[in-house]
Amino acid sequence: MSEQVQQESVSVATGETLVEVNELKTYYDEGAILDSNPVKAVDGVNFEIKRGETLGLVGESGCGKTTLGRTLIQLESATSGEVLFDGTDVTELSGAELKNWRRNSQMVFQDPESSLNDRMTVGEIIREPLDVHDWNDPKERRARVRELLDVVGLQPEHYYRYPHQFSGGQRQRIGIARALALEPEFVVLDEPVSALDVSVQAQILNLLEDLQDEFGLTYLFIAHDLSVVRHICDRVAVMYLGNVMELGATEEIFQDPKNPYTHSLLSAIPEPDPTSDKERITLRGTPPSPRDPPKGCPFTTRCPMKIRPEKYQNVDPDLWVAIEVFREVLRERSRAEKTLTEQAKELLGMETRFSDIGEIRRELFGDLDVPREVEAHLDRAAEHVKNNEDAEARKVLRDEFGSICDAENPANHVVSDSGRISHCHRHLPEYTEPDEFTPYTER
Amino acid sequence: MAQQESARVRAEEEPLLSVENLQTAFFTDKETIRAVDGVSFDIRRGETVGIVGESGSGKSVTARSIMGLVDSPGRVLDGSSIRFDGEELTDKTEEQYRGIRGGEIAMVFQDPLTSLNPVYTVGNQIKEALRLHQGLRGAAATEEAIELLEAVGIPDASRRVTEYPHEFSGGMRQRAVIAMALACDPELLICDEPTTALDVTIQAQILELLDELQEERGLAIMFITHDMGVIAEVSDRVNVMYAGEIVESAPVEELFENPRHPYTQGLLRSIPGNQPGSERLETIEGDVPTPNEPATYCRFEPRCPKAFEECTRVHPASVEVNTGVDAEDHSAACLLYPEDVSQAEAVELHEQRNSEREVSER
Repeated sequence: MSEQVQQESVSVATGETLVEVNELKTYYDEGAILDSNPVKAVDGVNFEIKRGETLGLVGESGCGKTTLGRTLIQLESATSGEVLFDGTDVTELSGAELKNWRRNSQMVFQDPESSLNDRMTVGEIIREPLDVHDWNDPKERRARVRELLDVVGLQPEHYYRYPHQFSGGQRQRIGIARALALEPEFVVLDEPVSALDVSVQAQILNLLEDLQDEFGLTYLFIAHDLSVVRHICDRVAVMYLGNVMELGATEEIFQDPKNPYTHSLLSAIPEPDPTSDKERITLRGTPPSPRDPPKGCPFTTRCPMKIRPEKYQNVDPDLWVAIEVFREVLRERSRAEKTLTEQAKELLGMETRFSDIGEIRRELFGDLDVPREVEAHLDRAAEHVKNNEDAEARKVLRDEFGSICDAENPANHVVSDSGRISHCHRHLPEYTEPDEFTPYTER
Repeated sequence: MAQQESARVRAEEEPLLSVENLQTAFFTDKETIRAVDGVSFDIRRGETVGIVGESGSGKSVTARSIMGLVDSPGRVLDGSSIRFDGEELTDKTEEQYRGIRGGEIAMVFQDPLTSLNPVYTVGNQIKEALRLHQGLRGAAATEEAIELLEAVGIPDASRRVTEYPHEFSGGMRQRAVIAMALACDPELLICDEPTTALDVTIQAQILELLDELQEERGLAIMFITHDMGVIAEVSDRVNVMYAGEIVESAPVEELFENPRHPYTQGLLRSIPGNQPGSERLETIEGDVPTPNEPATYCRFEPRCPKAFEECTRVHPASVEVNTGVDAEDHSAACLLYPEDVSQAEAVELHEQRNSEREVSER
């Protein structure tokens, strides 16, 4: 019996494309009259989801994975690009058409504490989508709710209880029942287990898998916990700063990551095995602001395998790190909010907390042997900073120490027979492949 | 061999913190919740002791009890003992406690955004600790604050010291909180889920930082988390908590290689990454119970796959699981142990231990 179910689910998974996303962009805070500098939460994403499969979407917080999930089911409106759902572009839908389509795509939210209305009974919560879409008559709706409670492993008598009477795992089950009420084809699971304890998490994951087999659901599974993704997903998309960095079959990516970001991300997961001596790449700093993403590759500011200009190939690794940190500090400063007084001081050319560059240079380059050539460029940059011309300073450094990684956004290279793609310049024939390249800091 | 030696050294050295039969209960109108119920463990200098358990197992209350931060309606019950560097902490007045808190024992909380005050600059908050415990003020304090921020790896520290918490990213905030905790050179650092709110890449940075600081300053760290991966990485010794009790305690490698308590076994098996390829995840059915009465039975019994009749009747005491010459310092609170005697004898031993404990408490 179970074998049969499995076979069925496999045959469903090899079916046609259900969702296709083309050059999707979602920006927030657009349309300021003068200075439009939107948050580029999702910045040009392409992928497709096959019917019956589970696509994982992983990345650090702020990388745009939740926004992408919400845009797919039209909880956010896309800035440009299209989302084809069974061939229809849903970003164009509105009114009755949109409402009708929504029956087909549902969402389970991350935090079971805040995604259920405390003033409604569990029955009302699960029945709400049915009421909204005027599903059959009230009696049948109530029967349907009882059936759903049973499906997600709760008791029919829970109908009249309130959410606060349930534990986190049970509340998440209620959220799942609500999402399933209208028999959708596509469900976006936004970190459905990250608020739960390990043992409860396993119960919910098993439930989600059972439901997928039973109802032939298609999942977009958003998570930051990579071990969960490895367990439940067929394919994984790794996001960074609004871009998909790598996309391919789950086991392939976990066994042999091609993209430097995926590689670092995987190496950062602590293994539940104290004897493991995994080589860890600790990334420096934090992701840049999506309001001001780097010009070239999104990962360029933290990439341990960044391409260096030819003439700096053999520079001392510590010095190179210092240069990178120096650039990071300047970028960070341009992000910092300036108070009115500071802006005024800057205009008048007075000292502000931003203009003291000597201190940082001492801190970074103090005990290093800096070649004359490098020194000259640092001096020029520092001079600009002193004159409150941060943008100029950054440009000086970018021109001198930057490479193709700072200049161009990489293309999506196909890196395996199964059609895995990776977003990195190192896949170009003239550079060393990322998995053959030892990061400079490790040498 | 090396392990044996270190075990011997461990046994000889006087512990920095010694918690004995700690019981913390919260008295509400409806019921009494025994959040921590008879917990005992030691922390030695330069060592990291991990405490792992699900939410509601009493990890944080243990930490707060040590820091003297349990508020009404909660209270540390009589018969509990917390000895820090030879001094008994449970008898201290609030006044005396204030000198220790943030001075010799410092704590890093889970959510860096809520543990920083949004209306003061980060520098100000670090300087507060310096002023209270070391009497540093003005420029000297600022100087010290900048140095602390640099020590925890915040670049451009002299600018950062004048900024507010909202101008920091999550990882930076946690670094600032750690800087604050280090301000007075504590001997013991209690980290209550310090990386749970952070991304993995940032978590890796913070764990690395704690490791460096420990090496530099010889800190003893008590590390609380629910993440088995993090525990495996940071700790020397692990205590597994369940419903207010420590159910298993062992050196980290021994625990992961050879978990003995059924709960620990279940916990390790339900980690998704531990079983790639397997169709279904193993689960522990049910939820963590709320301990609201003195235990006269095993609290894990309702969820335990190995439970037998006596489990509902006898409260398991913590016993050594390995006997023999090269026995590791590994104990579990389960009626299945010790293994080398028959089950009836084992149960009897546990009963005996319980009555001994009751007598000594009187």
